[in-house]
Amino acid sequence: MKKVYINSVASIAAQKTFDNTTFLEDVTHYTETVLPLIDPNYKEFIPPAAARRMAKGIKMGVVASRLALHEANLENVEAIITGTGMGCVRDSEKFVSAIIDNNEQYLTPTSFIQSTHNTVGGQIALGLNCKGYNFTYVHSSTSFESALLDAKLMLACDEAKTVLVGGVDELGDHTVKIHRLIKHIKQVPVNSAQLLESKTEGAVFAEGANFFVLANELQKTSYAEVVAVKTYNTTTSTVTQVVEQFIADNNLLINDVDAVVLGCNGDVTYDLPYDELQNQLFANIPQLYYKHLCGEFNTASSFGFWLGARVLKEQRVPVAVQLNAQTKKEYKNILLYNQYRGKDHSLTLLRKC
Amino acid sequence: MDALKQELKENIIEQLNLEDVSVDEIGDNDPLFGDGLGLDSIDALELIVMLDKDYGIKLTDPKEGKAIFESVEVMANYIAANRTK
Repeated sequence: MKKVYINSVASIAAQKTFDNTTFLEDVTHYTETVLPLIDPNYKEFIPPAAARRMAKGIKMGVVASRLALHEANLENVEAIITGTGMGCVRDSEKFVSAIIDNNEQYLTPTSFIQSTHNTVGGQIALGLNCKGYNFTYVHSSTSFESALLDAKLMLACDEAKTVLVGGVDELGDHTVKIHRLIKHIKQVPVNSAQLLESKTEGAVFAEGANFFVLANELQKTSYAEVVAVKTYNTTTSTVTQVVEQFIADNNLLINDVDAVVLGCNGDVTYDLPYDELQNQLFANIPQLYYKHLCGEFNTASSFGFWLGARVLKEQRVPVAVQLNAQTKKEYKNILLYNQYRGKDHSLTLLRKC
Repeated sequence: MDALKQELKENIIEQLNLEDVSVDEIGDNDPLFGDGLGLDSIDALELIVMLDKDYGIKLTDPKEGKAIFESVEVMANYIAANRTK
């Protein structure tokens, strides 16, 4: 089995992360319940004729993938694997709204064509003229990890040398409205710098795209090794038991973990597993968090993956993501843990390379 | 007729999401497909729906669109002669 490396990273989020020359030195804090995106100039990457039919998620995915390929110094990849929880929800909303508003008449083709979950992966492939394996995973908050696991298996088995893998989710007005109604979005705006102190129900939502070129050949510029990925939709074990087993399965001791990246989102009801890890198992190592910067969405954990990869490459933790005062001289093994509303748990182990 | 042409240009830009095109840039006799605005077959379907929804004109044969959508001028003349709303 070959080792799998992260050879490039690209992020489009509520922070100016599309520029890899900076690393969260200058973060934007919001007092919102839904965060806005800091967009790159999409027109630099997508011809106007193609862009006019693309909703936000497609543009984000296409540009993030271009940035990742550019950094990896590649013109193409052998496979494109995308994770998305909601897919192209804006065009889905547009199409379904048109059915209702126009009494099932006058249905236009564009929003229907662009509304499927695999549109992002398809548009990336069309842009690259990539005829290789193209798969989209729609597994709620483990969508990105499902895509990552597929990519890791392909590369470990040497079925491909380079794979583009990413997570992307956009927000639509109706989706936001519904999530506000069922209180999955916080009812009162919270300052993102104090997200975890809000002690209220729900999360601060956002959208974003994080793409990576994974390969089974190490380069001088590689960010990290992807050691293991595991997902659980539900579990009867405690998070401590799950993490201990995952670490043991990878022939490590808890003390071998140099930092933990947590997906806590400030939801007083569902942040308890994160609190458990913070206060017990990983109380004495650096703890990082990120959803106060990028917001919550089904593939927000891909931002955590971006963060872990960058920390391992640069061997420093930006102040903006520090959850405690612990530091390490060397970051070798980083564990990522994410779950959403008590379900769809994922564990990802990254290693310095 | 000038008002109809203006309305058509605005609708075309909105329906087809021509972000970088303004009404002034679409000449009455510019070809909409090919070398002109560069519209394609999906746009033709969008325009067929627009004729039905906004002007009550049902094109039963999509091939008719080729002649009707030649330019804004031709479209406006066709709509003026056939509109039911």
